[in-house]
Amino acid sequence: MQTLYDKLWQSHVVHEESDKPDGMALLYIDRHLVHEVTSPQAFEGLRLAGRKPWRPDSILAVADHNVPTTERSHGISDPISRLQVETLDQNCAELGITEFKMNDLRQGIVHVIGPEQGATLPGMTVVCGDSHTSTHGAFACLAFGIGTSEVEHVLATQCLLLKKAKAMQVLVEGKLGHGVTAKDIALAVVGKIGTAGGTGYAIEFAGSAIRALSMEARMTLCNMAIEAGARAGMIAVDDTTIDYIKGRPFAPKGELWEKAVAYWRTLKSDVGVTFDQVVRLDAAQVKPQVTWGTSPEMVTTVDGRVPDPSQIADAVKRHDMERALKYMGLTPNMSISEIRLDKIFIGSCTNSRIEDLRAAAEVVKGRHIAANIKLAMVVPGSGLVKHQAEQEGLDRIFRDAGFEWREPGCSMCLAMNDDRLAPGERCASTSNRNFEGRQGPGGRTHLVSPVMAAAAAVAGHFVDVQEIY
Amino acid sequence: MAPLDRANIDTDAIIPKQFLKSIKRSGFGQNLFDEWRYLDHGEPGMDVTQRRLNPDFVLNQPRYRGAQILLARANFGCGSSREHAPWALQDYGFRVIIAPSFADIFFSNCFKIGLLPIVLDTNIVDRIFHEVSSTEDYCLTVSLENQTVTTPSGEVCTFDVDMFRKHCLLNGLDEIGLTLQYADKIKAFEEKRRTEQPWLFA
Repeated sequence: MQTLYDKLWQSHVVHEESDKPDGMALLYIDRHLVHEVTSPQAFEGLRLAGRKPWRPDSILAVADHNVPTTERSHGISDPISRLQVETLDQNCAELGITEFKMNDLRQGIVHVIGPEQGATLPGMTVVCGDSHTSTHGAFACLAFGIGTSEVEHVLATQCLLLKKAKAMQVLVEGKLGHGVTAKDIALAVVGKIGTAGGTGYAIEFAGSAIRALSMEARMTLCNMAIEAGARAGMIAVDDTTIDYIKGRPFAPKGELWEKAVAYWRTLKSDVGVTFDQVVRLDAAQVKPQVTWGTSPEMVTTVDGRVPDPSQIADAVKRHDMERALKYMGLTPNMSISEIRLDKIFIGSCTNSRIEDLRAAAEVVKGRHIAANIKLAMVVPGSGLVKHQAEQEGLDRIFRDAGFEWREPGCSMCLAMNDDRLAPGERCASTSNRNFEGRQGPGGRTHLVSPVMAAAAAVAGHFVDVQEIY
Repeated sequence: MAPLDRANIDTDAIIPKQFLKSIKRSGFGQNLFDEWRYLDHGEPGMDVTQRRLNPDFVLNQPRYRGAQILLARANFGCGSSREHAPWALQDYGFRVIIAPSFADIFFSNCFKIGLLPIVLDTNIVDRIFHEVSSTEDYCLTVSLENQTVTTPSGEVCTFDVDMFRKHCLLNGLDEIGLTLQYADKIKAFEEKRRTEQPWLFA
């Protein structure tokens, strides 16, 4: 019997040295996603060694980290950012790689556009020089982030040398409450097992609550597997998966479609297979989550309180908590609902898809952001998401509520462009990391779901979204 | 060696995002731990000799200058896949990082560039933290060949390392070159795949 991970692994092994106990396997890579930040040195390395990409048609490239989210028909003003994006353009043009350029409607965050285009298909190995590549596991892919040396390795050989991980099942049974989302499951899992809990594992999310999720929600969940330390997260194929893929530009058509679907249906763990570890979560018990610290595992529920370091016995943990609270400007035992915000960010590869925007718009519809909110922004995950949202009138709802409606990109998830927090500013963010300085030096990030960010924008402080809609 | 007594040190802390705009592979060492190391905010292109150092940050203490081994706590290198993090550590002068555990992607990235991450038991790491803070000129000896870390008192701790990775590090091998020795196997695999799952090659 095999887990989904076993199946995906085994079907990509090109070569294995079985005589060595720690023998690594050479794994074939089907899809290579490339962005501007982690690729220039890989292309340069390839060139210096006189090598060529093994299979240019396996690559899809896009600039997302550095692009401005404001009017950008005149290009990028920061010369260093501009050079990085131009370098990607040049590398792609020279090597015959498909790239969606900045002003292409299909441009967007690499982990949004892959699935949107049908470039991410079940059963694939998908890699990208970006840790949130785990997102694509939502399609029963073996998808994981790699470093620049590995980007070069895949470019040159279409393979990676890897050691097989252990398999963890995160089993979520039951029904999520009103206003509780995949983001809350993700944060609850990270809170439960810690940011290193999944180290050395590939996580498969399963159970009735997972089967009930849309593809967008599944992507949110798999996206944050890396926040639990797992390089890959994945979910079995079902009708939801297949319905999502059908008709997308890169998806198979006609006879090939039927053949593909028949294969994709086998991409699930065998009944009764044993995992190295199982983590259980009762969906009905999951409440809206809010992080209070500088690591995604520093999380509690919206009706909870900021923890008290003096109650922590372990010295290293206590020290970390004190440090986090100092950075975040929070006092022990204060209610989460007392935390007042300066900025709101709805976007990132975690939560910038059409469903995220619809849910957030539903909350802010007919309301206005609170007076203390200096900036509330919505950054759609791609040009196509933005276009779709505008067709549905969501941009109007957000604008009427006082939000800014921006161009697609990574934006304030990591603040490589001009979108950032000033020192001391506090943000409710739908992104994935609340590390020190992540959204700008000295900036304070609280990770939440899109509906919770929308509710916080309206209230000016954290509030249980269940109370207002 | 230098002790950095914190758990969960993430790659954003190791090398902040503004320095990732570089298209080069070198020069990141001067911005290693930038937000902790300097009192002012750093941007690419700044002359670091003109910046104010944070005297409280451990790497700025004269006794740790020139350190080649970094000692840290659990889950070192968590967060993004940016290889700029190991590049920055290496460019600064570190050759070895010792911690009770590492994040997966960071761990694998280190080997690719010739930086050695060593996992030692939490209790041993704890003890070394105590020893280094109370001893001037504390020096560890690391042997990759023998897979040992030796303390000044002569205590020898062994560590695990994958044979293949060790082999590559000791011999400075080019992994891409090694993989390309299997080019025929890769082509055969690809052809079989093209036949069985043609939609992947459409």
